[in-house]
Amino acid sequence: MTMTRRGVMVMGAGALVAFGLPMRASAAGEDAIAAFTGGADMGSEGLTLTAPEIAENGNTVPIEVDAPGAEAILVLAMGNPTPGVAEFKFGPLAGSHSASTRIRLAGTQDVVAIAKMKDGSFVKASSNVKVTIGGCGG
Amino acid sequence: MISRRDFLQTSMAASAILGASSFGNWAKLAAQQALTQDQLLQFDTFGNVSLIHITDIHAQLKPIYFREPSINIGVGDNKGAVPHVTGADFRKLYGIDDGSPSHYALSSGDFSALAQGYGKVGGLDRMATVINAIRADRPDAILLDGGDTWHGSYTCYKTEGQDMVNVMNALKPDAMTFHWEFTLGSDRVHEIVEGLPFAALGQNIFDAEWDEPAELFPPYQFFERGGAKIAVIGQAFPYMPIANPGWMFPEYSFGIRDENMQAMVDEVRGQGADLVVVLSHNGFDVDKKMAGIVSGIDVILTGHTHDALPEPVLVGETILIASGSNGKFVSRVDLDVRDGRMMGFRHKLIPIFSDVIEPDKEVAALIDEQRAPFKSELEEVIGQTESLLYRRGNFNGSWDDLICDALIEEREADIAMSPGVRWGPSLIPGQDITREDIFNVTSMTYGKAYRSEMTGEFIKVILEDVADNIFNPDPYYQQGGDMVRIGGMGYRIDINQPQGSRISDMTLLKTGEAIDPEKNYVVAGWASVNEGTEGPQIWDVVENHIAKQGTVRVAPNDSVKVIGA
Repeated sequence: MTMTRRGVMVMGAGALVAFGLPMRASAAGEDAIAAFTGGADMGSEGLTLTAPEIAENGNTVPIEVDAPGAEAILVLAMGNPTPGVAEFKFGPLAGSHSASTRIRLAGTQDVVAIAKMKDGSFVKASSNVKVTIGGCGG
Repeated sequence: MISRRDFLQTSMAASAILGASSFGNWAKLAAQQALTQDQLLQFDTFGNVSLIHITDIHAQLKPIYFREPSINIGVGDNKGAVPHVTGADFRKLYGIDDGSPSHYALSSGDFSALAQGYGKVGGLDRMATVINAIRADRPDAILLDGGDTWHGSYTCYKTEGQDMVNVMNALKPDAMTFHWEFTLGSDRVHEIVEGLPFAALGQNIFDAEWDEPAELFPPYQFFERGGAKIAVIGQAFPYMPIANPGWMFPEYSFGIRDENMQAMVDEVRGQGADLVVVLSHNGFDVDKKMAGIVSGIDVILTGHTHDALPEPVLVGETILIASGSNGKFVSRVDLDVRDGRMMGFRHKLIPIFSDVIEPDKEVAALIDEQRAPFKSELEEVIGQTESLLYRRGNFNGSWDDLICDALIEEREADIAMSPGVRWGPSLIPGQDITREDIFNVTSMTYGKAYRSEMTGEFIKVILEDVADNIFNPDPYYQQGGDMVRIGGMGYRIDINQPQGSRISDMTLLKTGEAIDPEKNYVVAGWASVNEGTEGPQIWDVVENHIAKQGTVRVAPNDSVKVIGA
């Protein structure tokens, strides 16, 4: 728990919002989903999104997506001012259909992945990642 | 055919804690006459494998007093479930008589009076006696240390953990996992771990840069015992870089990583493991959730949240063993492992009553050797206490009230913050307060006491953030500490609200005025996870305050109003 004086000043008033409350999902995230899926229904089987429950560092959060047989996987940070993170495309010769990267999260929020499968169907996975100021480990 | 489930339950019924015994008289003599070492150690050896579990010793080499919490609230699915049952409710649940040894060892209530009668608990020399007695029954018993071993005392701080390493090595553990050890800094951790004569395990200890398993900490270790192949998988504290200063061990990343845990369970099963044991520092509720997600674990030896439970908790076909903290308990778990599976168990949580269990002479001498160079500093009396000083509890403890008073007085602050850690022994009324006692509740490698200005709004943000680390209904988002302790300010907390809505009615106690979100307040605190924190060491602040008081008296604290418990 707790901050140094320097830490407090650096975090300043602007940063408070980020830590104080979970980020609200913006309409931009929903728009991006609609653009990717064309409004189609999304299943939940066949896509694994691996993300930490609590980020060790909100500026670089490791995530991984894996959807065997997918043509493309869209990754969104729903609470970021710009939700788009990446769209991974897999060609017919792709040996695996997984990708991992590190993303920056403005605060506690849902990270969403949507896979477009070969048959044109869509699968969605979501994971809530908490960004905390930390401290107080028992 | 008797099902495995029946086996588990039958064994459980047979695993009595202490023999039923009731004490009308709390006088020390009566208590000690009625309680014997043989009685504490009595155990009908069972099956073909024995596990010995010790955890969260926090460098307590010598016997201490340790009061269990009276407030330990469970949320979500764990509301009202163990270990979130305390005091008289706990005794009723387990059929423990008021005033009995189990009352004193396992629950809160009448602590000061019972402590007078039953005396101190713990001491690694007494633990050695118990471990050796179990090994006399079962020479190849596996001794497992759940971590938080190289942290928490004057001598541990001064020797950077070497005192604990020396004494623990004499106990000959078979494997260990970690938490506060990493606050020694990664260089020192490397130095010690490279020389350890036993396995340093952690399936969730990863290289931060490559996000790959860290080479120094293998995920598991195999043991051949009683004709069975046993895999012990380590699980370090998942939130180390968040709850503790990540800058002290930047090479490492942790996390729960239950998908990797499942992969490791599958891997060891594939290699022929008959029994899978997880040596964990997750905390009880996190382990309970993990047991329901990861399949194939037989036993989880849990740690971190310092709970002591007299019976295992069953989740599916996994048993969870909680062995307390500060050297107060040793768990013995005997298992019948046949045909590639666990067929039954017998368990006993052995309380280490220091006046009843004979110290092991060799280990006692080794402990004295570690302490000898620091003897006069350790024993210097700084003051006395008229009040019971303890720490455990979700919102405050009298030790923390005293530490917060010290911060406000010595650092001329409006408000004080003290971290909600769960370690730190108790002192009973009438005891001297020595320098060692002060270190026992403050010792750490980032103990500098800062003084800074914070707006009312920012103080609320901190409280909301910490509250969610405890009361988030999903255990995977809980870090296993208690609420940050606040001095000089009262507040109301509704634990069932979401983050941002739990805290209200923040009041500056010295004026009785509501905290103004826009206004700046002078806040003094310690244990900042930020690099470059400046200020005197917290133990010096507390020592100065106690020395000025002479005799310490801590008034009951009712400045936190709790809703929804």
